[in-house]
Amino acid sequence: MAAQDYDIAVVGGGLVGAAIAYGLCDGRRRVALLDEANGPISASRGNFALVWVQSKGLGLPDYAELTRRSSDSWQRLADDLREETGIDTGFSRPGGFSLCLSDVEMQHRVDQMRRLHNQSAVPHEVLDHAQTARLLPEIGPEVVGSVFCPLDGHANSLLTLRALNAAIARRGGTRIAGAAVTAIASHDGGFRLTTPSGEVAAPRIVLAAGLGNARLAPLVGLNAPVRPLKGEIVVTERTRPFLHHPVVNLRQTVEGGIMIGDSQEEAGFDTAVQTGVVATIAARAVRMFPRLSTLNVVRGWAALRVMTPDGFPIYQQSASHPGAFLATCHSGVTLAAAHAFEIAPAMGMGVLPSTVTAFTADRFDVQTAA
Amino acid sequence: MFRRLPEDGRPVIRLSVDGQGIEARRGDSVAAALLAAGIVPSRTTPASEAPRAPYCMMGVCFDCLVEIDGMGSQQACLVRVREGMKVATQRGARRLVPV
Amino acid sequence: MTDSFDVIVIGAGPAGMAAACSAASNGARTLLLDENAGPGGQIYRAIAASPFKSGRILGHAYWVGENWINRLKRSGAEHRPRTTVWSLRATGDGVEIGTLGDGVAQILKARQAIVATGAMERPMPVPGWTLPGVMTVGAAQTLLKSSAMVPQGEAVLAGTGPLLYLFARQLIAAGAPPALVLDTTPRANRLRALAHLPSFIASRYFFKGIGLLAAVSRRAPVVRDVTSLAIEGAERAMAIRWRTDAGWQERGCDLVLLHQGVVPNIDLWSSAGCRAAWNDGQACWHAEIDSWGQSSEAGILVAGDGAGIGGAEVAAIRGVLAGLQTAHLCGRIDAGSRDLQARAAFQALARLLRGRDFIDAAFLAPRWSRIPEAETLVCRCEEATMGDLVAAVRDGAGGPASLKTFSRCGMGPCQGRQCGLVVTEALAAALGRPPAEIGHFRSRPPVRPIPLGALAAIPATDEEIGSVVRL
Repeated sequence: MAAQDYDIAVVGGGLVGAAIAYGLCDGRRRVALLDEANGPISASRGNFALVWVQSKGLGLPDYAELTRRSSDSWQRLADDLREETGIDTGFSRPGGFSLCLSDVEMQHRVDQMRRLHNQSAVPHEVLDHAQTARLLPEIGPEVVGSVFCPLDGHANSLLTLRALNAAIARRGGTRIAGAAVTAIASHDGGFRLTTPSGEVAAPRIVLAAGLGNARLAPLVGLNAPVRPLKGEIVVTERTRPFLHHPVVNLRQTVEGGIMIGDSQEEAGFDTAVQTGVVATIAARAVRMFPRLSTLNVVRGWAALRVMTPDGFPIYQQSASHPGAFLATCHSGVTLAAAHAFEIAPAMGMGVLPSTVTAFTADRFDVQTAA
Repeated sequence: MFRRLPEDGRPVIRLSVDGQGIEARRGDSVAAALLAAGIVPSRTTPASEAPRAPYCMMGVCFDCLVEIDGMGSQQACLVRVREGMKVATQRGARRLVPV
Repeated sequence: MTDSFDVIVIGAGPAGMAAACSAASNGARTLLLDENAGPGGQIYRAIAASPFKSGRILGHAYWVGENWINRLKRSGAEHRPRTTVWSLRATGDGVEIGTLGDGVAQILKARQAIVATGAMERPMPVPGWTLPGVMTVGAAQTLLKSSAMVPQGEAVLAGTGPLLYLFARQLIAAGAPPALVLDTTPRANRLRALAHLPSFIASRYFFKGIGLLAAVSRRAPVVRDVTSLAIEGAERAMAIRWRTDAGWQERGCDLVLLHQGVVPNIDLWSSAGCRAAWNDGQACWHAEIDSWGQSSEAGILVAGDGAGIGGAEVAAIRGVLAGLQTAHLCGRIDAGSRDLQARAAFQALARLLRGRDFIDAAFLAPRWSRIPEAETLVCRCEEATMGDLVAAVRDGAGGPASLKTFSRCGMGPCQGRQCGLVVTEALAAALGRPPAEIGHFRSRPPVRPIPLGALAAIPATDEEIGSVVRL
């Protein structure tokens, strides 16, 4: 089959790939988004949908900044997507909480927050039980206190992905389904991607295939040391709106269901729901909001975070294969705006913005050398 | 919508639905009792407040959800009537009460 | 009451009762779980607590179920009713089963599990199918069996399959003949079924079938070759419209009862990882099992209509075979004893299966009532229409999982039971790929809604707790 030519091809149609492809579709170039479509592993389908600031970036100030900028421009993303596609991503930024159920938890959380604030001036408030209860009247007596950040919010990540897809199509981008990339050949002037749906050729490519990047990156002289980190979530039946702020592990969706997480399990590629894990998640939720006790859980799932060794993103252009970019993170919802408005436009011109120079995978080599 | 056959000799059970007393028979499911009493619709949906009533009578459609003795989202077709039971039709999304 | 057994059987219909009897009478410590208050499943519903003193209305095929109830009582199996199963897992070392009874959740352990959760009515997504006053024929039959209730006013039965006529005859016997029977059996099926006619004529179903149609036609108007249906009404079903070669007609009604065959409940065994295979002849999923009922997961067997539709008598035989196999796997009987006891069962099975191919071909629901038109609801819980499904495909949904995330289809309390088959077939049609390739919604625990507080009480290992509480 003759290869299809584009100016840039994005590999991976999840939240990272779709946001980047969306940002690239500015009318100046032919963009292709390749997706395996309905593959079994998709972090974009199974995430908690927070647009979260209060816990991001301790140890890498540029990440705290990137997160902050993305959070600040998320409303613009939501507005643009709604205007272009009619789809409401359900984004809101009412401020969010981490709730602590013991003094030890509280101490730990406050300590982390203080250090992050000292590093990157992240606005926040440390609240005791009574102060938390004034803002969240439904909390149970076991809540010792909380950390509140006015910049925290959430969205419907599934609708966000759908809206990005729809907008890409409207802007003239090409979505190619059933296109898991099996080989990448490089030659003067660009790259040739082999997929079951045919070949795609472009002078620039972006690898945004989540856990699949580990296999693809070396093909273009890049390194994507990502591993799966399993997280489990349960969702309840719909109930009348009562929780107007997201909590880092518990939020009420626009439709009314309560989404509750989460775990961090080194379980390889296993996505089975463990009854002991979801039971623990449920137990903490009931301690935080006792009235949830009689609400029925109707769904449970496990998804695989795309985790780098330090948890921070990788953005890098290949030195040996210029024109090949790598983009990976485990906060695809939070960073969607930054991906669309800041990183994609630079990639379209063959560079990465100076704001992300600290995010190359070379930092891992430095660590092992030291 | 449904009527009882004269063959049925089971004892009568009294319960209330939305405050109104109705009669059922021992062994009836709450859904059967609602249908025999003509209480249709017995619920409205959370998504659009569309009217619903029991559909499958075997626990796989979840259209017969009612509140029984203060507990919401009970499948009426799987619960048997009890003397003095208080049933309430569930309108829209389930309400949560403070503990 | 211990929480560790040789064999746990899930579902107390014919397959489950037979499996429990067979395992227990061969020395396996056996527990039978069922969500209903009494045994019998759907077909023998309420048989142990019937409102009827005479067998006249329900007929002989129902009352034979009493034999199984009696044998169950004598078998030594423990029977736990009003217990819902919300998770099933093979551990490599046995099985773990999450149960919910009286608001309390527990994990039970056993060496083997037999899933006998039976079948449900195939969804029939015609316009208006979610209105109050529209129910399945099975639902109305349950009301008759458990509560001696019959339709009041004008009841219209619509669909295809022997149950439609069976129930019509029961209603006639009860003095409440339906106002109308609308038969949607496609003409094309007759040709397809002809190929299986010889085996059907030689089977036990033949004479039963001929008498049934005649008996019903004498007492109720029957319209055949119906090619479209729509139910009208605002707050409840008020009228039904139907189309034949003669065009559209309409009639007022008080109740519409739909039926187009039954399909296996796959949610529990598929959530445990047991493989499913698409059956083209029946247009539904079957469990991949061997002749004993062994699934693709060691420790889990599937028996009865929940594995593949065969009817109550076939279900009971398969239950017997599964029970024998689990007793053998638990070391209670050797292979020789198992095979000896199984011989009669295998012979009966061969006899009973003769003629099923004809029934399958003759009564396979027509495509127009399996895949609906644009405005008709596909997902009853989340109220997603066929049009929503098509729009989601256009926006990139490539299978059930991505369709779910784009449209909310399958996210409600019924967990995809009512929309699952429609989604698979509609996606197959929209994407031009076979249903076997499209697959089904992924079922994961909890496969039944469970209160958060009940779930919270399940014990967890230190490692599991540590994965959640991270400091």
